[in-house]
Amino acid sequence: MKMRALKLKRDWIHGWLLLLPALVFLFAFTHIPAITTLINSFFSTPRGRRSAKFIGLENYDRMVNDPVFWKVLWNNLWFAIGTIPASVGLAIVMALWVNEKLMGRGFVRMAYFTPTVLPLIAVANIWLFFYTPGFGLFDQITGFLFGWPASNYLGNPDTALNAIIVVTVWKEAGFFMIFYLAALQAIPVSLKEAAQIEGAGRWTIFWRITFPLLMPTTLFVCVNAVINSFRLVDHIFILTDGGPDNASALLLFYIYEVAFRFWETAYGATLTVALLALLSLLAIGQFFFFDRKVHYK
Amino acid sequence: MVTERLSSSGKPIGLENVSRVWGETIAVDALSIEIPAGSFTALLGPSGCGKSTTLRMIAGLESVSGGQILIGGNDVTGRPSSKRDLSMVFQSYALFPHLSVAENIIFGLKVRRMNRTERDTRLKKVADLLGLSQLLERKPGQLSGGQQQRVALGRAIIGEKPICLMDEPLSNLDAKLRHEMRLEIRSLQQQLGFTMVYVTHDQVEAITMADQVVLMNKGRLEQAAAPRELYEKPASPFAARFIGTPPMNLFPANAFKKLCTAPDFQLGVRPEAMHLQDSGPVSASVRAVEYLGADILADCVVAETSFQVRLPTTRRVTPGQSIELGFEPDALHVFDADTGRRRDDLVSEFGTLLRS
Repeated sequence: MKMRALKLKRDWIHGWLLLLPALVFLFAFTHIPAITTLINSFFSTPRGRRSAKFIGLENYDRMVNDPVFWKVLWNNLWFAIGTIPASVGLAIVMALWVNEKLMGRGFVRMAYFTPTVLPLIAVANIWLFFYTPGFGLFDQITGFLFGWPASNYLGNPDTALNAIIVVTVWKEAGFFMIFYLAALQAIPVSLKEAAQIEGAGRWTIFWRITFPLLMPTTLFVCVNAVINSFRLVDHIFILTDGGPDNASALLLFYIYEVAFRFWETAYGATLTVALLALLSLLAIGQFFFFDRKVHYK
Repeated sequence: MVTERLSSSGKPIGLENVSRVWGETIAVDALSIEIPAGSFTALLGPSGCGKSTTLRMIAGLESVSGGQILIGGNDVTGRPSSKRDLSMVFQSYALFPHLSVAENIIFGLKVRRMNRTERDTRLKKVADLLGLSQLLERKPGQLSGGQQQRVALGRAIIGEKPICLMDEPLSNLDAKLRHEMRLEIRSLQQQLGFTMVYVTHDQVEAITMADQVVLMNKGRLEQAAAPRELYEKPASPFAARFIGTPPMNLFPANAFKKLCTAPDFQLGVRPEAMHLQDSGPVSASVRAVEYLGADILADCVVAETSFQVRLPTTRRVTPGQSIELGFEPDALHVFDADTGRRRDDLVSEFGTLLRS
């Protein structure tokens, strides 16, 4: 009896030892920072010898009354609406096209995937050149074709966010295409043939067969796209630095500014908690919304 | 009768010198077949003989390299499948996994925008006919193989198309279910009266179900005939050996001393047509014996040619023994060794020679 208890205990220790390496990293880089952030959001920012003190919901009160917070949140919403449907739609169209038999298919697939492979900073610099007023690519094209005057897409508060949306769609669509391509190739050809025999045209086949069967992929891609739209900061650093007048600042960019430029770490923590809450809400909502419509094999 | 309104009169199908070529490989080589309206025609052959390609060309899923396909007398060679007025059952059933059984069956009707009441009455009839009424709300993934097969059949017959194509529809079922479905498909076809083209590599399926069997080999037509004719008068050594289990025995003519003057012919006798006969024309030595219960199957050798013979269990036959065998004169088949063609004109002559 005693022997068995001893053995059970040894197994138990073994189990935890095996889990330990993963646990250490998970806690050190995910759980502990998250909990610390939550705690910090209820304290004041420590300054010099003045240590942080508990101030309750004061930071949250400040956040609700912060016009910049509402501005970047609105920007982020607009950014999500602008990027997610466009990049997902484009990804499906590209995947459908590259899935067909066509000349140089491998090359086209690779070309679509290139934006994903390129480093973000390099990509942003290339686009910075495209957008340059006067001699940038866009100005040259619009000037040549329509005789439009030089325009500063990134410096104008009305167009700065849209310019970043275009870059993001360009970058994400190729990445999502890979998932759709894999999903398309998993759909048996006989389904399409059966639908053809029943008299369905290309359009009907897509909407009644292909698209519903791609739903699991669409769910996955959409969750990723939403998270990405709240995670984007690097393009903004290079292209606009959040300006002009916060016109292109997104929530995460604002958090970075508050925490590491103005060193208001407590308020930064508060904003982070808001971001995390928003993201988890969206993820849960998506799963509930989609789950009824998704057919898993 | 539930099927009163579910009926469709068949249309004939004609293939004229139809070919399909991929680069160097010729999958189907100048194939000409006539498939009468309302008949059950089986395309039979070993794997890779081009039977599935032929079916897919009739369906319009595969383009035709040469020749013409006629349906109901009209040239449909260039038409897409949706304009050929036919239905098809796939080997994998090709059910839409995200749609319920009912949605799967009425898919084609919905595509053609048939009105709701008509659709529902047809669905009810098909479901009753195939015993699917309790399963209409299920998804294909929740059905057994046999039930999935029925759903595929339902989708094929609800459109009341004059032609139904089937590509090895029973190969994914177990032996017992296969037997049941065989009878069911056959009676369905006879009730509804459509023209059936049925691809199979299983000669039993072809022989038991079809009005006409089209035997193919290496992309060419070997023989197109009724099952009985195919068994009794095979047109070539290939047809002779493909139909019947165990296959027909083929001997070079000089395996028999009395025929050594005619070396250019092959003689065929079915294992079940031979019987023990003292001082019969074939004296062979037994190599192995298989006991099958109802009878025995003996592996024998004559003049270095091995063959099989089906014998009753009443007389003991043991390996190593010498036996003498005979057969009825009309059980003999003669094939030209060069052209491979059947030579009925020589049967009686050779038969008399052997018997003498």
